[in-house]
Amino acid sequence: MPDAPLLQIETLDAFYGSFQALFGVSMTIAAGETIAIIGANSAGKTTLLKSIVGLVRSGSGAIRFKGENLARLETHKIVARGIALSPEGRRLFASLSVEENLRAGGKSKRPGPWTLSAIYALFPVLKQRRNQPAPSLSGGQQQMVAIGRALMANPDLVLIDELSLGLAPIVIRDIYAALPQITRTGTTALIVEQDTGQALAVASRVYCLRGGRVALEGRPADLSRAAISSAYFGD
Amino acid sequence: MSDFAVTRATPESRIAALVALIVVAGLAAAPWWMERNSIRVAGEMLIYVGLASLWNLLAGYGGLVSVGQHAYVGLGAYILFAFGILLGAPPLAVVPVAGVAAAILALPVSMLVFRLRGAYFAIGTWVVAEVFRLTAAQVTVLGGGSGVSLPIAIVRSIGSTREMREFVVYDATLAVTLGIIAGIFFIARSRWGLALQAIRDSEIAAETSGVDVAGAKRLLYVAAAAGAAMLGALISLAKLRITPDSAFSVNDWTAYVIFITVIGGIGRIEGPIVGTILFFVLRETLADLGPFYLIALGAVAVVTMLFAPKGVYGLIAERFHIQLFPIARRVAIGAATKGDAQE
Amino acid sequence: MEWLNAVAQGVLIGGLYALFAAGLSLIFGVMRLVNIAHGDLIVLAAYVVLLIVGVTGLNPLVAIFIAAPVMAAFGYGLQRLLFNRTLGDDILPPLLVSFGLSVILQNILLIAFSADSRKLDAGAIETASWTLAPGLTLGLLPLLMFATALAVIGALQFMFYRTSLGRALRATSDDQEVARLMGYDNRHLYGVAMALSLAVVAVAGAFLAVRANFIPSAGPARLIFGFEAVIIGGLGNLWGTLIGGVILGVAQSLGAMIDPGWQLLAGHLAFLLVLAVRPQGLMPRISA
Repeated sequence: MPDAPLLQIETLDAFYGSFQALFGVSMTIAAGETIAIIGANSAGKTTLLKSIVGLVRSGSGAIRFKGENLARLETHKIVARGIALSPEGRRLFASLSVEENLRAGGKSKRPGPWTLSAIYALFPVLKQRRNQPAPSLSGGQQQMVAIGRALMANPDLVLIDELSLGLAPIVIRDIYAALPQITRTGTTALIVEQDTGQALAVASRVYCLRGGRVALEGRPADLSRAAISSAYFGD
Repeated sequence: MSDFAVTRATPESRIAALVALIVVAGLAAAPWWMERNSIRVAGEMLIYVGLASLWNLLAGYGGLVSVGQHAYVGLGAYILFAFGILLGAPPLAVVPVAGVAAAILALPVSMLVFRLRGAYFAIGTWVVAEVFRLTAAQVTVLGGGSGVSLPIAIVRSIGSTREMREFVVYDATLAVTLGIIAGIFFIARSRWGLALQAIRDSEIAAETSGVDVAGAKRLLYVAAAAGAAMLGALISLAKLRITPDSAFSVNDWTAYVIFITVIGGIGRIEGPIVGTILFFVLRETLADLGPFYLIALGAVAVVTMLFAPKGVYGLIAERFHIQLFPIARRVAIGAATKGDAQE
Repeated sequence: MEWLNAVAQGVLIGGLYALFAAGLSLIFGVMRLVNIAHGDLIVLAAYVVLLIVGVTGLNPLVAIFIAAPVMAAFGYGLQRLLFNRTLGDDILPPLLVSFGLSVILQNILLIAFSADSRKLDAGAIETASWTLAPGLTLGLLPLLMFATALAVIGALQFMFYRTSLGRALRATSDDQEVARLMGYDNRHLYGVAMALSLAVVAVAGAFLAVRANFIPSAGPARLIFGFEAVIIGGLGNLWGTLIGGVILGVAQSLGAMIDPGWQLLAGHLAFLLVLAVRPQGLMPRISA
């Protein structure tokens, strides 16, 4: 069992202006794990990821990454420490080509296995379209670019928000099929996922959020359908 | 279900209304009790209150930031002189004509400049002002580039003595400025005002709620042009001489106006009044320092915009929760009294 | 032939207008900021060149190499200390702050240099010319101006589309939140963009100083020419800005042929015509 956890979230509150979105969320993530975060819409899943990277203002509580509290740092500094986010809705740079988007992800120049050729090996269809403008790709291909862009930073922790949003089942399956190649290199993954079945299939542990709080936590094998359902919807 | 009434008046606004009545009465009676120099300054202040209120209407309520309203100020001046010199028309009667003429011209202009947005719209209005100025300089019958003075006969028709003429122009200025403020007050209280607020908060939401956004903005632009032209006509009456550069001066009729409104407080009717008072106080203390004065004014405006974007009056209003002009509606629960304004 | 000559002069002066506009266009493209003080910064640059020439005795066009880094550094500071504070959803702050800056700059220059008109001497190049055909003579200075505009725009395009800085600027312009996720510090990048803009402004200012007389209040007219070139050419396209400048220059030149007092008016009317008929400009890439 590794010594200190990679990411430790301690009773985190998060706010949009004066609206509170997270209430005392606590999580522990060890290096090498694949964690899935599930929950209904506006349960706080995306807010949690945004808080980790500093895009959302956090109130009290701490976000310890490799021991350091990220809570007051600016986004570009947090990211330089080894966290990358593939945002909800992909949000590729519209005026950049596929390859330029990937190169943008590699801005931090951290050492690691993920290079342009490694990304192209992971998602071969992107290599064919490398010089095309990013918006001209299909939804699934754009998601591949978004994930590839995050990996180009060679992060210790990669956050993927709503991977399956707006994608056809077969496309989702293909992308998830590539996931083991990502985590095999030792990258820790935190995946926010609407598709509960898919989340349970890939994760080593699952957190379920509801109303900005952690409603359930455990390994997929240990959680019953009923328990998950009640945590998800609440009753 | 408890009784409730929608009211607008506040204790402060009632007091303010009383004070305003006294002030207006005092201003109207000025020719009898103020000395001539003070009347001139009062007239200048009224002009700036009027211009700043109009700019505030456009920018603060309509979201249309124009740096070219001096186009219409100059237009008003030239229309007055044109009617006087070419047609021998009595100047005071021409003032409303200038307003109407400016409104008519502003309509096609609006169709052009509204194709631009944001800061590009602003510069576009500046270009329009330049076009007006350059065109005026080409009109030889009105003095071309060197300008022209109002003929003596026309001047005498305003009043037989200099004193009389100054009083008449002053009274006309007071009337027009009060009309502008009253007009803005009623617009703000009306459904149109509500629509403008909606547009200001979110154009898309307003549009989908059925507000004719383009129409509302166009109406605002045209109304502001008319007001500016009438004030411009009055300015030229006070000076009795126009040149393209002075009539269309961007410093006098746009820069100062913007600074006044920013420092006083954008988006509230009281703002331009407070701003004008501060502007003239600053002017007295900094005396005739020309460029230094402008630097100081610009710096204060910049600092205000960065650190107190609601302006001096905005700060006071928020700090003390005052509203002197009763515009915003409040719901008073359990206090349905007959006679309170209800929409 | 006279008309052809007028058109040719107009094309060449279009290069200068494109230089006025390039900095404006760059800033708008990267951060959607329209700097109303842009013209006054060009005039400031002209006075900076004047100072450099006074101290070093260099030819004003050579002084560009000193003026450009100076203006760039000033631009970086201006952006980080002033304009970065105004960026956001509200259009009022950047507009009003840059307007205030414009007035402040004009009056500081007025105090420092008085209202006397100045002109800098670039030497023989000012009178040298090249006669293409009888009646068609091109001045060497205007040719140099046009060539410089081509070079500057070409260099900016290269920077934007073939360097990592350009990629960073375009990414930040597309989505500044996600750009931060990549590790880009947008406050620094905006500063760099303004620095680049003012470096171009320095070039424009030097040519302004050499070509004709200038005074502290010459800024707004330069802003308007630059703005008209941008709108005629289409937003977000630097080559379009060059075309816009050329069209403006030609319109002014033809107007001047009809009557000298019509020069500026003709340019404005050409701009208004484009606005009426094709408001998005000739080669737009962004919508405002």
